[in-house]
Amino acid sequence: MASDDVKLIGAWASPYVMRPRIALNLKGVEYEFLEEKFGSKSELLLKSNPVYKKIPVLLHGGKPICESLIIVQYIDEAWSGHSILPSDPYHRAVARFWGHYIDDKWFPALTGISRAPTDEAKKEAIEQVFAGLKFLEEVLEKSGAGKPFFGGDTIGYIDIALGSHLGWLRATEKLSGLTYLDESKTPLLVCWAEKFSAHEAVKCAMPETDKLVEFAQMLKAKFSAYIDALSPSITLFSSLNYICSL
Amino acid sequence: MAEKGVKLFGLWASPFSLRVEWALKLKEVDYEFMDEDLQNKSQELLHYNPITKKIPVLVHNGKPLAESTVIVEYVDEAWPNGYRIMPQDPFERAQARFWARFAEDKCVPAVFNVSINSGEELKKAIKEAQEVLKTLEKALEGKKFFGGETIGYLDIVAGWMPCWLRMIEEIAEITVVDAETLPLMNAWFDNFLEVEVVKRSLPPKDKLYAFNRARREQFLSGQ
Repeated sequence: MASDDVKLIGAWASPYVMRPRIALNLKGVEYEFLEEKFGSKSELLLKSNPVYKKIPVLLHGGKPICESLIIVQYIDEAWSGHSILPSDPYHRAVARFWGHYIDDKWFPALTGISRAPTDEAKKEAIEQVFAGLKFLEEVLEKSGAGKPFFGGDTIGYIDIALGSHLGWLRATEKLSGLTYLDESKTPLLVCWAEKFSAHEAVKCAMPETDKLVEFAQMLKAKFSAYIDALSPSITLFSSLNYICSL
Repeated sequence: MAEKGVKLFGLWASPFSLRVEWALKLKEVDYEFMDEDLQNKSQELLHYNPITKKIPVLVHNGKPLAESTVIVEYVDEAWPNGYRIMPQDPFERAQARFWARFAEDKCVPAVFNVSINSGEELKKAIKEAQEVLKTLEKALEGKKFFGGETIGYLDIVAGWMPCWLRMIEEIAEITVVDAETLPLMNAWFDNFLEVEVVKRSLPPKDKLYAFNRARREQFLSGQ
């Protein structure tokens, strides 16, 4: 088995960094968290991820692994114990599909709301977000069969992929007044969100909603001239995009 | 009635359904190819992929899967005996997935931009494509294929480029990849096109060229 030296380069506010943290916690792996300083990129980060220069980066025995869901799969394969991905190839592929969907379709729709140039475009983006949540509600219903998580009795890959966005989702709800996780629309997801956030492996990695709101407001103030030039409305997701570009 | 067998919903001209075909052929899996008309998608396709409604969709014993890179990994795991597509070592697997993600996120749009532009925009698009390919080339260092001595996951995911980019170069009368600008990539293009499973499954050249020529013309005329 590979060296025990495990480091994770990240930042507290990033949903993508949360993912490997949860995975490592689920496997009971001790690691050193190297927090990036706000506004700059460390030499180690630039050396470890020269292609994207982004967090998170997992360093295992000095070898870098990049891209959050790829890191989660690596953690699942490199350490035994709690299985993050299902054991059956078909269910594993379905989990990977939803990981892609969340990152490539749903999340861009979410950040697209604040960037929408017209009210019509904004309405469409919001509808896409809700449609995505409805799909995920159905997945939870089908795969769950009354179980609390997408992974069944325990947290799995889809839980991590979606659950890592809960912090910012809640912060957005506070700032925009729009409720995304609505009990009348997606009751299972509302219940799931609570259980996920309270899970031992998640609690310590989930940023506090109020801290995120504060952070977003700070960024807005800092970059307000730039942001106002782009759009008159609060661009919370400019903040989020900024975090994700770290 | 339990559905048995393997069906692949795709498009003869799509590089994304072709990569799934390569995976199936490497595993010597028999499958039925359902060629879709993307302007008039079949009820079956929409039934199997109501989420994104896109091809390719693999249906294995009635169970559907979408997203070509996900399907390729599935094919490797569902038919574990036979040709090995993914590396065995977890770090190597992470590397293959990382570069595949890069190829999808950066190379696909870069080559697309080359295919739809002309004049100054085209010059700019060629430069950008060469830059991302230079980065991807790093994964080829010291190897014949991304997978080593034989093709693997990353070759399959990036393998549309040797065919499609060479075709775009001919249609637009440009050079993007050659022995001078991108020696490793250029060599890999040649090697990949010589692989048996690739040679015998490429879409008919004239038909594909005509299709892409028309597509480029459409974009250039601003449609």
